Amino acid sequence: MNVPALARGGVLTVALLALPLLGLEHWVLNLLIFTLMYAAMSSAWNLVGGFAGYPSLGHAAFFGFGAYFIGLWFQHHDVVSGYEPFVILPLVGLLAALVGAPIGWIAMRTRADVFAIVTITLLFVAQTLAFNLDDLTGGAQGLAMPTPPFELARFEWPFYYAMLWILLLSMALTYLSMRSKVGLSLDTVRADEDKALGIGIHVQGVKVLSFSVSVGLVAMAGGVWAYYETFVYPQFAFDPLITIGMVLMVFLGGRATLWGPILGAVILVPGQQYLAYKLGGSQLYLIAYAAVFLLIMLLMPRGILPTVADRLRRRRAVGTSSDAGPPTAAPPSAGAGSSVPVPSGGTA
Amino acid sequence: MSALLEITSARKVFGGVRAVDDCSLSVEEGSITALIGPNGSGKTTLFNLITGYLGADGGEFRFRGRDVTGSDPGRLYRHGLTRTFQQARVFPHMTVTENLVAAGGYRWRDLLVPRVSRRDRARAEVLLEEFRMTHVAELQAADLSYGQRKLLEFAAVLMSEPRLVLLDEPTAGVNPVMIETMERHIRERNGVGVTFLVVEHDMQFVMRLCNPVVVLNNGKEIFAGSPADVQQNPMVLDAYLGT
Repeated sequence: MNVPALARGGVLTVALLALPLLGLEHWVLNLLIFTLMYAAMSSAWNLVGGFAGYPSLGHAAFFGFGAYFIGLWFQHHDVVSGYEPFVILPLVGLLAALVGAPIGWIAMRTRADVFAIVTITLLFVAQTLAFNLDDLTGGAQGLAMPTPPFELARFEWPFYYAMLWILLLSMALTYLSMRSKVGLSLDTVRADEDKALGIGIHVQGVKVLSFSVSVGLVAMAGGVWAYYETFVYPQFAFDPLITIGMVLMVFLGGRATLWGPILGAVILVPGQQYLAYKLGGSQLYLIAYAAVFLLIMLLMPRGILPTVADRLRRRRAVGTSSDAGPPTAAPPSAGAGSSVPVPSGGTA
Repeated sequence: MSALLEITSARKVFGGVRAVDDCSLSVEEGSITALIGPNGSGKTTLFNLITGYLGADGGEFRFRGRDVTGSDPGRLYRHGLTRTFQQARVFPHMTVTENLVAAGGYRWRDLLVPRVSRRDRARAEVLLEEFRMTHVAELQAADLSYGQRKLLEFAAVLMSEPRLVLLDEPTAGVNPVMIETMERHIRERNGVGVTFLVVEHDMQFVMRLCNPVVVLNNGKEIFAGSPADVQQNPMVLDAYLGT
């Protein structure tokens, strides 16, 4: 099971590393950067919203944190190289994770819908601060950065590879957690947190850990984004739509799966661009976007990957039982017909 | 024998209802103690107080000689006090083996150890063998029958080698064969030193298995003694049959 997973990851990595070498046009690379950014952030959101089962709506607060960190870095340092913002990215992630830990500690004392409300409050508090701390953030004027000094023909490359790096890091961390006690613990928290508490799972610990790692990754994406845009405004850096984007992509692709969030991003980001292009400047495209999302969720309420994996599993189960018969004599009480449709945790 | 668990004057009030009211009882090491009483007498609330799921409004809880009043469930679990729930709470989308391993406990530095390590699997296999569940080891818990899920929950809490296990209605909703199975497992485990406190409505089960029997009424213990004495006691009959 783990060899195919690693192989899949390897193929993806190589393909994505090679993609810019094809001499793609600027608009394509631009689209790819945003797709990678949302894939990375959805994958990160999935750690909390998918695996731990805590639907955070406040992640954009950390996206803004990363964006402003890079913006402020330019204000207060003589930046010596165009690559410097990328070099300090790990620092941005680490700081956001450290800030996120106590916030998670407090917010995660609430659950489900209350948690969603508490975290969305966090987002608006952060945005209000960015608007009003004029001396630090420049208020509504925002912060401007110099244009990155990259060769025009390959202007997008550094941003592309930075986003790719964050995505791969997020997927690696997800994979690691799924295969370790972290994932096992998060599964119990998602299924029945009170029961988990009673069997000695370090419930609060793994919850806060997942939150902290998750927001750290999102902050790094925010940092790259800010540098790419060369400006940060409160209403764009702390945008509820960024949070909503992550949530939709994870739900679409499949919560608590490794590949679901990536699949969601690959469908929704270009899909949205395509619809915006086709339906023009009116807001009609948002309605079409919502319609696509609703249609898929109507047909596959648990998201694409878990539903597909389940159908394959059931088909395979039917196949083996009719071909070879049950391998051992099934005891009477053993729920012998194991082809009952059971929602799986999804290991796709 | 000495008291493994000792409760003194426990109190819990919900609004105007005194669910547990000045209740004292002790569970002797090595016993299978029953906790019985009419519906609403406070048995489950008392369980929640003992296991840390609810904070008491008063009273003292001592476990293995230590004051554990106010400890959370996780901490008590690591001290060797654990419970099962009335409705068989297992993790439905995890396999039977994973359910066992999750309950096996781990330390912080083991967080990056594989989900189910070779050692975990070996430990789980011993229990699966004992509970005759080897053939369902890789099934998801949701695929099990209700009785088997109860058995799984019971087996899972044994992964941590507890000293005291609280069973909340172990036979409710399961078939007679499964009741016998459950009874046998409780006896076997008791034989190797595990103490039990059992809430149960099946009186035949209680009379066969438990000694002593503690009777709760209106949140207060009204009697503690051997099964034979319980059946004779006028106060107990009164509590059950009313006046």
